[in-house]
Formats: sequence, structure tokens, C-alpha cells
Amino acid sequence: MEKENVPQDKGNLTKNNLKELLYATDENGDYTTTLSSGWEPKTIALSNSIDDINERIADAKQQVVSGEVSPICYYMEVNKMDLTILASYVGLWKWRVKRHFKPNIFAKLNDKTLQKYADAFEISVQELKNIKTD
Amino acid sequence: MQTNFTHHQSAHCENGVASNLLKNNGLNISEPMVFGIGSGLFFVYLPFIKVNHAPAISYRTLPGQIFNKLASRLNLKIKRQKFSSTTNANKALDENLKNNIPTGLQVGVYHLSYFPDEYRFHFNAHNLVVYGKTETDYLVSDPVMETVTTLTHDELDKVRFAKGAFAPRGQMYYPINIPQTVDLKSAIIKGIKNTCRDMLAPMPIIGVRGIRFVSKQIRKWPVKHGTKKANHYLAQMVRMQEEIGTGGGGFRFIYAAFLQEASVILGNEELKVLSKEMTQIGDSWRDFAVEASRIYKNRSAKEDAYNTIADELLDIANREEIFFKKLKKAIS
Repeated sequence: MEKENVPQDKGNLTKNNLKELLYATDENGDYTTTLSSGWEPKTIALSNSIDDINERIADAKQQVVSGEVSPICYYMEVNKMDLTILASYVGLWKWRVKRHFKPNIFAKLNDKTLQKYADAFEISVQELKNIKTD
Repeated sequence: MQTNFTHHQSAHCENGVASNLLKNNGLNISEPMVFGIGSGLFFVYLPFIKVNHAPAISYRTLPGQIFNKLASRLNLKIKRQKFSSTTNANKALDENLKNNIPTGLQVGVYHLSYFPDEYRFHFNAHNLVVYGKTETDYLVSDPVMETVTTLTHDELDKVRFAKGAFAPRGQMYYPINIPQTVDLKSAIIKGIKNTCRDMLAPMPIIGVRGIRFVSKQIRKWPVKHGTKKANHYLAQMVRMQEEIGTGGGGFRFIYAAFLQEASVILGNEELKVLSKEMTQIGDSWRDFAVEASRIYKNRSAKEDAYNTIADELLDIANREEIFFKKLKKAIS
């Protein structure tokens, strides 16, 4: 890639005023470094992921409201986690966390376990039990 | 408390930390040199491991390996420590800062408050240097950032003890012994040989065979998983290839820069020619990303479009196979 062809598209970094460093060739074909503010294919890829996450959050919320899953599921998506990551944050086996996805099991959890989840999501137990519905 | 440390921005975090720490200790070594000697270039496809709900694809070796290989090839001694408690981890770090040792840390990205929200994923193989401490903050040199930054004590605890795959467990590292003279020539040759071996490995999911395998899979994605999931997989692949830290083109441009530098040090004209070829291959990776983005932008994947980019990928794999065979010959 030649230096003058390094893309300077508006990207997700632009609003934080960040630029990333890229390697490109100068007019003699020698390598040099240069800054880029973003590149469209990348920006779309990232917003594609963000959309995907938002969709997952919305789905999870819907399922909590309809009583199919516990709020843990919802907060897991909000925090961009999956089962493996969540299990490792709360320090429980995956099968136990999965079990806590069931609303009737969740309702019987003791405060100590609830606190673990609340800490992992950086919220209070109260917020964990009652998700905001709009 | 603040140590003497100069921040240089780099494309990739691990190379950048290695290069910055070594420069700080009087060994002037560039980021591409670190990447090349440490044999960072790689390709692996792990369909059975999911990252962000898509199959894992990596364009680089495992975290920590680049610096470790570099150290052993240049006879540097690096000290690495992991901790089971935050208290001990902080004590060791503070002790280092008191002794004027800027220290490299492996951290999780999710709690890095200075990153834009969109970039905060549960990715635990990020690297940065802590070079000082104030009452409330740690002074941080994150090599992918243009300038130095800070994290509060609490935030640093969180990023050092992030959980999940590759959990850093407070890992810190710093060079403890750097020889007066280093033998760059033999280190470069070892590094190149290692990369050629990796990329030409007789394993279906690694190196050029891995790229070919992905090309074959891509053709099946829209039928097997439906358009939506296939688009998501493709977007994730482009992110791995182009996201911050790769220097563009899935590390191919950094590697080309390394070959150019190596050709001067070794007095090998052939490497300069190969550097140009690698640049062209990197450009093709960029073209692949552009084509792929057209697919997931329109969200109307025709099966045909997937076949087109699969062909492009296959062509890249074939060219890389020839390339690494030539590279192997050029240094033997």
C-alpha cells in the first residue's frame, strides 16, 4: 500500500480523536509509517458486530420479559460476554451458570451468588433482579 | 513516581511494547524487526473455537510468543511474573517503578477506559507499559495510542485481572539482561525460517493450507448458516485482519517492512524484491476486505458473491505458498 493511498475515512476512532498507525511505502517504494483515521470496510465490519450485539440484547430482554430466561442472560449480552467468559468472571462452572439462566432457578438463588453476578456486571443486586423495561 | 520512558506509537501492541521496552534499555530495534525476528506472522483457522460468536481466525502467533522468540534469538533475558492476588500484583509493579523499571503488562481490553466503547471487547491479549504512578493513577504507555495516557488504580486492577480466554492473571514482564552486542543477522535468519515453516506447515488449519481451508468454507457459509450468520462470520474475519494492531493487510505490511530492513542488514538484494512481493500480497488482502465488506454491507448475499471472494482468497493462498518457498530459498 502506498502512503498516499492510506485511507482516511471517518471511522469509529474519529470521534475519540484517535488515529492508528499503518505501514505503507513512500514514493521510492521504501517502508515508512503513517497514521490513518479509519477505513470504511473496517468501520462497516465493526458496526455490523455492534448491530449484532444490540440485536442479541434486545432478544434477551424480550425473553426475560416473557419469562423464558433469567435477567442474567440479558446482562451477559449487555456486557458483551458469552457463557465461558461469564462463568470465569463469577467463578462458577459453566453448567451452573447455564442453570441460572432458568427463571425459576434464578428466583431461588441466595444473596451470595446474586452478588457474584452483580459484581461481574458492575451493578447492584437490585438492578440484577429487576431489569429496566421501557 | 515516574521512570524514564519514551513512548513511540506502533501498529501492534505486543511488538510495540517489546520495541519500546528495548529501546528504553538502549537496544534500538524497530517494530517490524521485533515482529520478523519473533516470527509473528501466522495464519490459523479454528472453527471449533468461537470468538464473538464467529469461528476464530488469527493472523498472528499466540500472545507472548513474539517477545519470547525475539528474546531467545537475541539472547535477552525477560522476566515474566503472574499473580494470584491483586495485592501482590500491585506490590510487584510498584516495586519495579520504584527501581526505575518501566514494566510491560498483559491486559484485557474490556475495561480500558481510554478506548472507544466500540472497541471494548473481552479480548485479553493486549499489551501496554506502565511507567509511573501518582496518588490516583498509573501512567500508561499503550503502544497503539498516539500519546501516553492514564488508568486509575482500580481500572488497572481490573484490566490486569480480566477473566476469560488468555486471562492475563496480572502478568508483567520486563527485560533484566540485555547483552552489549546482539547478533541481528543470525536472529533474522532464524526468524524467517520459523515463519516459512509455520506458513508452509503440513496442517490443514495452519498457514497457506489454513487460508485455502477458509476459502473452501466460505463457499459453504451462506448455505450452511444462512445469510445473516455468514455475513457476521465474514465481518469478524475482516475485523481480525484489519483491526487496530495489524498495521493493515493482516500484518503483511509490517512483514514487508521487516523484509526490507532485513535485506539491508543481511546485504541480501533478493529480500528487497520479496518485500515488494509481500506488499502486493498485502494489497490483495486489502482488496479481499473491500469485496467482503460489499457483501456484508448490502446484506443480500448472493451465493455467487461468496464464491468470488473465496476465489480471491484461494489466489492469495497460492501466491503466499510460492512466496514463502522463495523466501526460504533466499536465506538458505
